[in-house]
Amino acid sequence: MQATDFIRLTLGSVFSQHLRSFLTALGIAVGVAAVVLLTSIGEGVHRFVLAEFSQFGTNILAVTPGKNTTFGMSGAVINTVRPLTMEDAEALKRIADVEAVVSVVQGNAEVEFGKRSRRTMIIGAGHAVPAVWQMDVKIGRFLPDDDPRNARAFAVLGSKMADELFGSRSLLGEIVRIASERFRVIGVMESKGTMLGFDLDDTLFIPAGRALEMFNREGVMEIDLLYRSTANVEQLEEQISRLMQARHGYEGFTIITQEEMLETLGSILDILTLAVGALGGISLLVGGVGILTIMSIAVNERTHEIGLLRALGTRRRQVLGLFLGEAVLLSATGGFAGLVIGAGGAALLGLAIPALPVHTPWYFVLLAELMAVVIGVIAGVAPARRAASLDPVEALRAE
Amino acid sequence: MIELDSIERVFQVGDEEVHALKHVTLTIKKGEYLSIMGPSGSGKSTLLNILGLLDRPTSGTYRLDSIDTTSMGDNEQADTRRHRIGFVFQSYHLVPRLTAAENVALPLMLSGMAPKERQVIVEKALDNVDLLDRADHRPDQLSGGQRQRVAIARATIMQPTILLADEPTGNLDHVSGESVIEVLEALNKQGIILIVVTHDMEIGERATRRIRMVDGSISKDIS
Repeated sequence: MQATDFIRLTLGSVFSQHLRSFLTALGIAVGVAAVVLLTSIGEGVHRFVLAEFSQFGTNILAVTPGKNTTFGMSGAVINTVRPLTMEDAEALKRIADVEAVVSVVQGNAEVEFGKRSRRTMIIGAGHAVPAVWQMDVKIGRFLPDDDPRNARAFAVLGSKMADELFGSRSLLGEIVRIASERFRVIGVMESKGTMLGFDLDDTLFIPAGRALEMFNREGVMEIDLLYRSTANVEQLEEQISRLMQARHGYEGFTIITQEEMLETLGSILDILTLAVGALGGISLLVGGVGILTIMSIAVNERTHEIGLLRALGTRRRQVLGLFLGEAVLLSATGGFAGLVIGAGGAALLGLAIPALPVHTPWYFVLLAELMAVVIGVIAGVAPARRAASLDPVEALRAE
Repeated sequence: MIELDSIERVFQVGDEEVHALKHVTLTIKKGEYLSIMGPSGSGKSTLLNILGLLDRPTSGTYRLDSIDTTSMGDNEQADTRRHRIGFVFQSYHLVPRLTAAENVALPLMLSGMAPKERQVIVEKALDNVDLLDRADHRPDQLSGGQRQRVAIARATIMQPTILLADEPTGNLDHVSGESVIEVLEALNKQGIILIVVTHDMEIGERATRRIRMVDGSISKDIS
């Protein structure tokens, strides 16, 4: 049979039952729309979260104290983690591909100015913060490149912190008291917004050495490095590892690259997208059951026709193909309609709720359509096989 | 030419074996006009189904144009049906959603002929049964006699060797039945083997060779 005749015959039988065909295709359309819409939201969230994390730049690497492995015995043998020091940071800075280094110490403290006070997050850091974390200074300047052991008592405020404490007053050169210590304000940061609900503007930067004293800590919590974009990350990691081992005598630290972190995060978010996609897939499955039902009914109704086709010399495979073709036609058109509804719905949702990140990746769209076709084949194969296996004499005689 | 040699057909009904055909041996030459008559259950439909390759005999051989059909596979039998055998049924069996012309074209379509080539052949076939003006009508817009004539046009479009008609006038009034029989007889005059299974004595008597079946055997063969 010629392809055009095949298509005309299948189209003809699908259209002759237009309401029934429409409803069956609608089942698949709803399923595909659900898959496309849900994966669009999933993928949107994925991109949103990754963007949140990469706003600090991607050529960044963190060294944290403690080894990320579980030992066989409980902590009795190795339980004192040797702290990372500012000297470690100084040493790391001398590695060729490292552009800048920031030692980080965090804590909460009361900040006072005049009669106002506010409890906030204090970040002990160094002069390289703007470069490493890609943050800009709005007013004044950032912490100077002082000797880390003896840094001057300067403070740089996050933009929200500055608003809360000073309002519209000029603040450069003013003295604030942080945990009862006096610091001179030398700058305000550009607003950076929130990251996953954490307000990056409600912060205050002081030199890391001062923060260590203030919070009575032995070592820094993290050393962040900015490396050249041309650097080989694996080699760099190895270099850092060797240097740190030489300094500490054992591997009591962990190196996390931003790349690795984004990768891990990405794979978690991929699972999330897959999970919501699978939820939509359930409705697609229900649509498939609809096709199975309708095709079974069609084979019963058209038993005479099948008998006739066989009498006219149609091979079993051709009968199989005709009925399978109808099932696939139903699922493919339903799937296409679902794509339009789903992608359109996602776009509308993006417009209606700008806060909700929505992104429709084309390969999901393609995959959903492919899935609809596959479901059509799977749902159609049993009825089509039954049609093909009918005995022509019985089929012609059937009431 | 049709050669049946001691054809048997046994059906298993529950625990019982029913012998629908018992040692049927029959030779039909090119251009013959046969009627097969007999009471219900005499095996005439079974014989027709075997002649039409819709059913296989339990034993015996059936040669159609000197080709043994009993050893054929499923696909080969389907191809033989398409090219050598035409069927006319009591209830016409037209596809309701296709027009008269499309119904007639169905065998050509299945054999893969291009639409343009088909058109001429279909028009000629419809003209032969006097229904060219009804080409675009669907079966439900045609009378019984017209429907049966569409079915005959379809059955003969591949220029088969045999035309098998199972009670072709069973659903028709006398006048339409007469016109259908006349069309069939005209085709027979052109050389096609015409085999009519019927209850109707009057129609059965018109055939040049009349076979009577009783209990799965040929009891009379008059020509």
